Amino acid sequence: MSETNYLTTDYTLRSWFLTTDHKRIAILYFASLIFFFFIGGAAATVIRIELATPQGDLVSSDTYNRLFTMHGIIMVWFFLIPSIPNTLGNFVVPLMIGARDLAFPRLNLMSWYIFMLGGCTTLFAIFAGGIDTGWTFYTPFSTLYSNSYVILAAAGVFIAGFSSILTGLNFIVSIHRLRAPGLTWYRLPLFLWSLYATSVILVLATPVLAITLLLIATERFFGVGIFDPRIGGDPLLFQHLFWFYSHPAVYIMILPGMGVINELISCFSRKEVFGYKFVAWASLAIAAVGFLVWGHHMFVSGQSLVASLVFSFMSFIVAVPSAIKVFNWTATLHKGLLRFDAPMLYALGFIGLFTIGGLTGLFLACLAYDVHATDTYFVVAHFHYIMVGGMVTAYFGGLHYWWPKITGRLYSEHWARAAAVLIFFGFNLTFFPQFILGAEGMPRRYHIYPPEFQVWNVLSSGGAAILALAYLMPLFYLGYSAFFGPRAPANPWDAPGLEWQTSSPPPEHNFATQPVVTRKPYQYNRNFQAEPQNA
Amino acid sequence: MPERAAFAPQYASVPHRDNTAELGMWVFIATEVLLFGGLILAYFVYRHAFLQGFAEGSRHTDIVIGTTNTAVLLTSSFLVAWAVEVFSPDTARLSAWLLTGAACLGLFFIVLKGIEYSKEYDEHLVPGVDFQFAGPLANGVQLFFIFYFVATAIHALHMLIGICLLTTLAAICRKAPTARHHTALHSAALYWHFVDVVWIFLFALIYLPGRSSS
Amino acid sequence: MTERRPPLPLVGAWLGLLALLALTVTLAYVPLGAGNAIVALSIGTIKAGLVAAIFMELRHRSGLTLVFAGAGLFWLGILLWLGLMDFMTRT
Repeated sequence: MSETNYLTTDYTLRSWFLTTDHKRIAILYFASLIFFFFIGGAAATVIRIELATPQGDLVSSDTYNRLFTMHGIIMVWFFLIPSIPNTLGNFVVPLMIGARDLAFPRLNLMSWYIFMLGGCTTLFAIFAGGIDTGWTFYTPFSTLYSNSYVILAAAGVFIAGFSSILTGLNFIVSIHRLRAPGLTWYRLPLFLWSLYATSVILVLATPVLAITLLLIATERFFGVGIFDPRIGGDPLLFQHLFWFYSHPAVYIMILPGMGVINELISCFSRKEVFGYKFVAWASLAIAAVGFLVWGHHMFVSGQSLVASLVFSFMSFIVAVPSAIKVFNWTATLHKGLLRFDAPMLYALGFIGLFTIGGLTGLFLACLAYDVHATDTYFVVAHFHYIMVGGMVTAYFGGLHYWWPKITGRLYSEHWARAAAVLIFFGFNLTFFPQFILGAEGMPRRYHIYPPEFQVWNVLSSGGAAILALAYLMPLFYLGYSAFFGPRAPANPWDAPGLEWQTSSPPPEHNFATQPVVTRKPYQYNRNFQAEPQNA
Repeated sequence: MPERAAFAPQYASVPHRDNTAELGMWVFIATEVLLFGGLILAYFVYRHAFLQGFAEGSRHTDIVIGTTNTAVLLTSSFLVAWAVEVFSPDTARLSAWLLTGAACLGLFFIVLKGIEYSKEYDEHLVPGVDFQFAGPLANGVQLFFIFYFVATAIHALHMLIGICLLTTLAAICRKAPTARHHTALHSAALYWHFVDVVWIFLFALIYLPGRSSS
Repeated sequence: MTERRPPLPLVGAWLGLLALLALTVTLAYVPLGAGNAIVALSIGTIKAGLVAAIFMELRHRSGLTLVFAGAGLFWLGILLWLGLMDFMTRT
């Protein structure tokens, strides 16, 4: 290992903070996201401790409001949305398309600075006193009544939105224009299809959030009644605008995870992904149909019955491409040479948890059942199964899978498997009881509840303790391996993707010579050995 | 013309870089469409609810300034398109003048807008600052003017950014333009035309309704 | 020889835009009932189309750029369609 790689070209701080190398920017994002993840996690911890007893004995209701708002805002905008795209995506997109960098490297760096500016603004709002509106900023509470730092928090989210847009723009243009010779669309790894679909949402939905937050801030600051029913405004308009962004944003928070799972399932089954084209187009279908379903968040809001019917119908449609993916992953496993390394454990966990999360989504798409389940723990459990069970699990899976490429070191497989299993059990113990709580009618966002709900809440809090511990473990064994782990070879998993055909860690401009792609992704020969895409 | 660093390593050629930049600009414009899109939805929702109020509000805007501003902006767009079309080392001075002209027209637009704002302030039509309007249409008029101020303010902010871009490019044209700057000019021009398109729709939504009746 | 004069299509588009502006302002004062809004938005759309096709050079562009230019409008259509659906069908 005498040649220099992207980590060893320069050790100065300046070379990190002014870098335009997509791999270093991925690391900058990675470090920032760990920070935000643990801040959001700390809020969740306090919430779960409070909920262990029916009385409000740890925090006041006002503090509790601020805690779950802080948890939601941080986790959604400062962890989940940038998680896979901005760390793993940033790192592997140029490698996978055989390019030397993204199309606009300076915009990429700018997006990190914008993200940090937004993050710091939001953190400032939180530590100055917090926000009590919930992450959804619903009017008229947020504009008229809330006595907290709404404008500042909205400003932080507004700013961070531009970083999302820039990342999405960069990915779209890079995937269109910078593909290596021979890399046709149907030869792209499915991770890229899913990131492309994600980027479409980032670029087309985020600006609507920006304008919505701007209207909130305007209404609050100037005391005008944009959404104020007293002077003819309509709070439902806010909800429409907000969910036009935030429902597609849910798919920002799952599509990249689905993309990662394709890579993992294929590599650890030593098989081509079953029904490649269906999975590829399912990503785009989810992104497109995802824009047509937002009204299912508003079934009990008083929107028109026609609107509810249309949105309900569309919501059922989304299940089709999602199911295609799940079936195709299981079909990929069939007759594969399965290897249960840590990334594969995460991938299998993902399939199960995502399926539960997705199916319970169908309950909520039913108009009649949703009336019962709205704003209960059933909803909380549902979206945590998708976002935490799905996205965070996929994020950890992808992180382990590409860790040797990113750091050039191997982590302890032993510890990694233990953490994967522990996360799976901790997660289910935390969130499955919440389905039951929700079905029995426990509303979300209250810190005091009737004593008969305590059993399930104690189980949930106990699971949360295991989950918290399990999430801390990778910090140690991955952190240790980054400095002291054994050196990784270029292709430790024997995978066929382009990113594995360059050294680990990759050199500054990724490839010594321009790779030329000659075959489809995920090809393995009869002896289950990878056939590199460029050989 | 001398090229310093020809193009960044992720590109295969100069044209590759240039049309990648253009594509990126179009993605950005799509984003901007949706940014104004949220406002447009708000407009139509409230116009649907307060048809008369919106017509009344519209009649209180200054159609002379509105029309003049539209003509000014269309002309400045024309100058920018002209500058892009003739840009070359020999015509750098002409391009510089055209861009300066376009930027000046942009500033003129902003000044007229400011005059219009101050007139509306005098007529107590600024919601949140000083709004007095009697009668049954007051709610609709107020919502109209909220839309008016938010939309035109965001548009004006885009104009200011555009004016800075055009001025910078005019200065570059005057000094040492290279083929690289043609790409930059082209991207800035796309942005400027887009701001123009937004205004075309804002004009139709803000100034034109309710003129044929009272 | 270097061309300094503006190409004819640019001049044509510019004059056409100014003419359309005059037309739309004039028509706004003709009582057409609900037709006024349709006329104003249709002429606006034609003007925007002229700017996009000629000033923004879309007429010289092929597939992908057109798709990107259209995508924003398409999604704006989704926002307006489903967003307005609720308000139009309230009882």
